[in-house]
Amino acid sequence: MSLVTVDPRKAPPFPKAAAELLHDVQLRKNVAHATDVIQRKRAALVAEKADWQPLRTAGAAIRREALRHLDRYLELFEKQLTAAGGHVHWAADAEEARRIIAGLVRDAQAKAVIKIKSMTTAEINLNPSLEADGVKVYETDLAELILQLGNDQPSHIIAPALHKNRHQVRELFAREMHLPDLADDPPALTEAARRYLREKFLTVRTAICGANFLVADTGSICIVESEGNGRMCLTLPDTLISVAGIEKVIPRFSDLEVLLQTLPRAATGERMNPYNSIWTGVTPGDGPQNLHIVLLDNGRSNLLSNEITRQTLQCIRCGACLNTCPVYRQTGGHAYGSVYSGPIGAILTPQLFSLEYAQSLPYASSLCGACYEVCPVKINIPEVLVYLRSRVVEKNEHSLGSLLNQERIGMKMMARIFLSFERFERAQRMARVFEKPFVGKDGWVHKLPGLAGQWTAARDLRPVPAQSFREWWRSRKAAE
Amino acid sequence: MRISLFITCYNDTLFPDTGKAVVSVLERLGHTVEFPVEQTCCGQMHFNTGYRREAYPLAKRLVSIFRDAEMVCIPSSSCVAMIRDYYPELARENGDEKFAAEVSSLLPRVFEFTELLTDALQLEDVGASFPHRVTYHASCHGLRSLHLGDKPLRLLRKVRGLDLVELPNSDRCCGFGGTFAVKNADVSTAMLEEKLAAVLGTGAEVCTACDNSCLMHIQGRLHRQGSPARTMHIAEILASEGKQ
Repeated sequence: MSLVTVDPRKAPPFPKAAAELLHDVQLRKNVAHATDVIQRKRAALVAEKADWQPLRTAGAAIRREALRHLDRYLELFEKQLTAAGGHVHWAADAEEARRIIAGLVRDAQAKAVIKIKSMTTAEINLNPSLEADGVKVYETDLAELILQLGNDQPSHIIAPALHKNRHQVRELFAREMHLPDLADDPPALTEAARRYLREKFLTVRTAICGANFLVADTGSICIVESEGNGRMCLTLPDTLISVAGIEKVIPRFSDLEVLLQTLPRAATGERMNPYNSIWTGVTPGDGPQNLHIVLLDNGRSNLLSNEITRQTLQCIRCGACLNTCPVYRQTGGHAYGSVYSGPIGAILTPQLFSLEYAQSLPYASSLCGACYEVCPVKINIPEVLVYLRSRVVEKNEHSLGSLLNQERIGMKMMARIFLSFERFERAQRMARVFEKPFVGKDGWVHKLPGLAGQWTAARDLRPVPAQSFREWWRSRKAAE
Repeated sequence: MRISLFITCYNDTLFPDTGKAVVSVLERLGHTVEFPVEQTCCGQMHFNTGYRREAYPLAKRLVSIFRDAEMVCIPSSSCVAMIRDYYPELARENGDEKFAAEVSSLLPRVFEFTELLTDALQLEDVGASFPHRVTYHASCHGLRSLHLGDKPLRLLRKVRGLDLVELPNSDRCCGFGGTFAVKNADVSTAMLEEKLAAVLGTGAEVCTACDNSCLMHIQGRLHRQGSPARTMHIAEILASEGKQ
């Protein structure tokens, strides 16, 4: 696992990481199987909703409204949550968020914390920084527990340990929990996790969670989950710290009517999540008495000014785009070098890092559009991908390497050729000449130099025919 | 009907037979085909690879060439998708109101080849005969951008002698994706392997589609593996009169 990193600043380019992972037959089998199962469940539940398309449209409208007036809704959320007894903290970046959380954990005099699965805490790399402060961190979500015990990284935003099968999980639990006789069926594995975690729930007094939605008009926080570990973390401790991206806000409580129908269907193929927790501030004598929320920007506000990039923030983290993506299906999530993988990761990661890193991610897609089709809030991911590609091209325009870049030279040359049909015809004729030495005995091309060699690495190419369509057309007209 | 053909740059160069087939089908149906010779490329490759600035003049050029066409026929769903989905966006981001107006006037007259037959000409039986086992690959742009649905299948079902077999997971990308096939060659090939297994599993002699780009990808691997199965653009099947 040493090759796996979810830090975009250190991650290898996507094609390189992917090539490595493609050799992992077991991982590919696990990913294909898991995504097939979720997709089938999702498809069945979407099919039973006659109003699925209107729900998508409504969900998109809610998210767009929230983002268009993000300043207003965030301030309203802060006002309402503060009035209900909660404390709101603003973090411009990951470093500030970690500092705020470290301070809150210190104030609570906590030696340990229990956690609910939260990609936002993974984004800011929270666990290592807490542990460096001497705080023991216990992940309580089954998949997160698997990753933590295995010193592994998340590969999916909803099912972070999707790349592992139950036999691998059994080996890990047997070793780490000292249970040599553990069986590998799901009930046995769940029971082992339950026993391991129960003691933590009952003794640790501080919890850290993310948020699915922040409700502006009531100041409520909403978390949906399947295992009940979340409900434990949200109700038993004295101190609860939630970390959420600023885009998680929705205008009204009634908006949940739409989003809590689409999210579980799209995410896990369930009509409703088994546990839906929505709480508003502090209730004396009931639940956590110290409630904090850290609102994280970390690059998000840079996406707001442009209508194309702003769509990225509509995401409600259902993961449906990962499950349907034919690229993700082959590589799994680790190839994306970020806690956010798959199509949404390919647009989110490079933007959170202002395109300085992860420049290969916008190209990690065949633009098939399956992600857009399943997105419950209608994010046109292919549109954002091609837009980001243009930003990558612009960014590298003036770099020294660009002068020697085969792709750039080729693209510029082709663009010039296409501006004149006479030039285009000359190029067609030249292609036949240049290609000749590469045509094999069977009349096909098997090996080409340069970038085109990437094509012939696995596929043959029919040579350019002796007569183009336009030449045929002209000869036909002449014969008339 | 006077139908202007936008052949597309790669069909013109690499797949002239597809163009000839389109001409043959439309003329057989009694229509007049025109081919404006100044045409070159819609700009899709540049736009999708990030060369938006280079795509814009190509888009403007294409629209000006076909501005007065009664109807434009394009035997490639991805090029139609480029024009429909992204020409308006290019006009918007360049603040080009004149181009925006020209695009919106042209768009209702632009048809992918099978759309033209089924929607504009209201046909299913085009008088073709092709006595072979055929499977249909739904290219991504045809499927998700043009929403072709069963239009190509309706045409194929009316072809005499044609034994149409369903392709499992036909809605899954073949891994071509334009420059994706060379920039991410390993992943692209892995995707292609799955597609090939599905195609070969049908026992079809011919895999057809509305896009030669996907077919070039599939054929390239079929040939590399020495498979006798071949690919053919749907226009070539619809032009066929049983002499194959």
